[in-house]
Amino acid sequence: MVVSPSPISERNIGDWLRLPPAGLQLLIETLAENHRVVGPQVADGAVVYRDLRGIAELPVGWLDEQDGGRYRLHQDPTAGFFDHVVGPHSLKNFLFPARETVASFVRTDGEWVQQTHAPEDRPLAVIGVRACDMAALRIQDKVFLGSGHVDPGYQARRQRLFTVAVNCRRAAATCFCHSMACGPAVEPGFDLALTERDGWFACQIGSPAGHALIQRLATADAGIVSCTVEEVDAAKQVSIDLEASMHARQPEAGAPRPRSLDTHGIRDLLYAQMEHPRWEEVATRCLSCTNCTLVCPTCFCSSVTEVADLSGDHVERERHWASCFTLDHARMHGGSVRSSTASRYRQWVTHKLAGWIDQFDSSGCTGCGRCITWCPVGIDLTEEVAALRHSDPP
Amino acid sequence: MAAHLRLGVFKFASCDGCQLQLLDAQGKLLEIARHLDIAHFPEARSAVGEGPYDIGLVEGSITTPADAERIQEIRRQCRYLVTIGACATSGGIQALRNWGQIDSFVSAVYATPAFISTLATSTPIADHVPVDFELRGCPIDVRQLVELITSFVLGRKPRVPSTSVCVECKARGTVCVAVAQGIPCLGPVTQAGCGAICPAHGRECFGCFGPSEPANLVSLTGQYERQGTPPEQLIRLTRSFNAQSPAFRAESDRLEGASHE
Ligand code: SF4
Ligand code: SF4
Ligand code: SF4
Ligand code: SF4
Repeated sequence: MVVSPSPISERNIGDWLRLPPAGLQLLIETLAENHRVVGPQVADGAVVYRDLRGIAELPVGWLDEQDGGRYRLHQDPTAGFFDHVVGPHSLKNFLFPARETVASFVRTDGEWVQQTHAPEDRPLAVIGVRACDMAALRIQDKVFLGSGHVDPGYQARRQRLFTVAVNCRRAAATCFCHSMACGPAVEPGFDLALTERDGWFACQIGSPAGHALIQRLATADAGIVSCTVEEVDAAKQVSIDLEASMHARQPEAGAPRPRSLDTHGIRDLLYAQMEHPRWEEVATRCLSCTNCTLVCPTCFCSSVTEVADLSGDHVERERHWASCFTLDHARMHGGSVRSSTASRYRQWVTHKLAGWIDQFDSSGCTGCGRCITWCPVGIDLTEEVAALRHSDPP
Repeated sequence: MAAHLRLGVFKFASCDGCQLQLLDAQGKLLEIARHLDIAHFPEARSAVGEGPYDIGLVEGSITTPADAERIQEIRRQCRYLVTIGACATSGGIQALRNWGQIDSFVSAVYATPAFISTLATSTPIADHVPVDFELRGCPIDVRQLVELITSFVLGRKPRVPSTSVCVECKARGTVCVAVAQGIPCLGPVTQAGCGAICPAHGRECFGCFGPSEPANLVSLTGQYERQGTPPEQLIRLTRSFNAQSPAFRAESDRLEGASHE
């Protein structure tokens, strides 16, 4: 009979616990009783979110190397469960899915009747959410919940979302959360947050739901004990050290350039550069392929179509991802108002980094670096903004 | 009632795969037959209904003098004429002859070349008659075909996107083969419609839906060249099922010219 060093009732939101890998396994299993649990896994050459049954499926021992238009995984015996960083998927893939039926209608005897929707799937639990993606969640919350036009589908999924966040121990060259005040330390808003240590996890409780889960686990003899003060300090130091190292990073020959973004006065800077020749220059490289917007965890554009069957009596109203890089996105009566690639790239960068501030009172960028990595030709918004900053307006 | 609308399906130089997609509509096929009279479809029925037709689906490219005349009559018989597939829309894989000498092909393949009456080129239907709508693909996608027919029956514009295959790749959560594996993929410059089948199976998009709008091939092939793809591979990639599409043709010719310098 193992006696817990401090009774359950003394554990509160904000407390830190020592979680052995077996404890994480139990946590996943317990969550799975009433959640769909997803977590990072290696598939098709990348770390992606997939349904997760246990810790054996986590990418232990894998590291990702990321650069403009390039992502490669390699094995490293020193790498832990979470030493990879963000892959192509984010919470957006689940909370704001690529395709969603938002309503359906049936016509009988000339009368249209709206169908009631099947209840949502099981609530979602996501393991391994990084600081940048928790920041993206806050941004998408503003978009879908905060504007006075609440998105009911997003709201239903969001309210029941359970997040097990992870404090990064390592950053990719494409990561620049330190520039955007979005990481690498996870901000409050998580249910539980893990910091990986040597063979165990420091687990901080962040919400009543996280607290309730830990209480259930603690009764199951999973080796979960409170962290000592020294252990808490050491865990917090992980993020402090990583952030300091990100600020200190310097380019090295033969290695991907470490990204950062000077956000000082960025809104006015970009608004003043609308006619800059750099936009035309990017357009010679940009493919208008949409990858940057679709991997971006905050991009929220969608388009709605009414999909009828041949009889015309059954109609589904379908919402799907849209992107400012497509001609249709800005098509209105008379044609597209953004017919050039230059105007579309400019729309993306100026909305993300400037217009967003006017619209939502924050940047639309968390510094996750996905748009850089997953652009097939490696177009890099940090480089584009630097080029605009270090040249005179035309 | 819409049931009087008459459909004709016509074949030129092609493999029949696109017509088979109509048969592959399976359950939907019966529904389609309730709304359209499938009057002319030699691939599927022996009864031949004479024109005129409300909608004609044309498969295949123009490769013989006889076909160049036949398409004129078909155009006259069809209220709407829709090309289906890469052959009809851009000339197909057989348009590779456009880069060669037709006489040498004919004498290499046929025992008695004198019996062969053929044109020097394989050209898309739109080079010969006005085309109302194009369904891309090699073969076409059955969902897009059903969408086309549905939109025709309901009297609205077909919803067929001109965006890149990457849109479909990201929507299904596929990991990009170009970024994660360094495989030269034509998806960023290829029109969506297939559902990104090839990347989902770990291989590159080879452009069978033809160029997207816009299609910045020079930037994409330049990136693949910098990553080590030999120009000959990029020429083969851009010169396949839609070799004769203006954007792909210009790029394969440019790459070839550059590699000869
Ligand atoms: S703009 Fe790029 S770096 Fe910023 S949040 Fe979006 S994908 Fe991440
Ligand atoms: S951007 Fe920051 S928080 Fe996000 S994965 Fe990279 S280091 Fe971690
Ligand atoms: S910036 Fe890159 S990912 Fe975005 S549309 Fe242009 S080429 Fe595609
Ligand atoms: S695999 Fe090909 S189609 Fe898919 S996102 Fe990458 S480049 Fe685009």
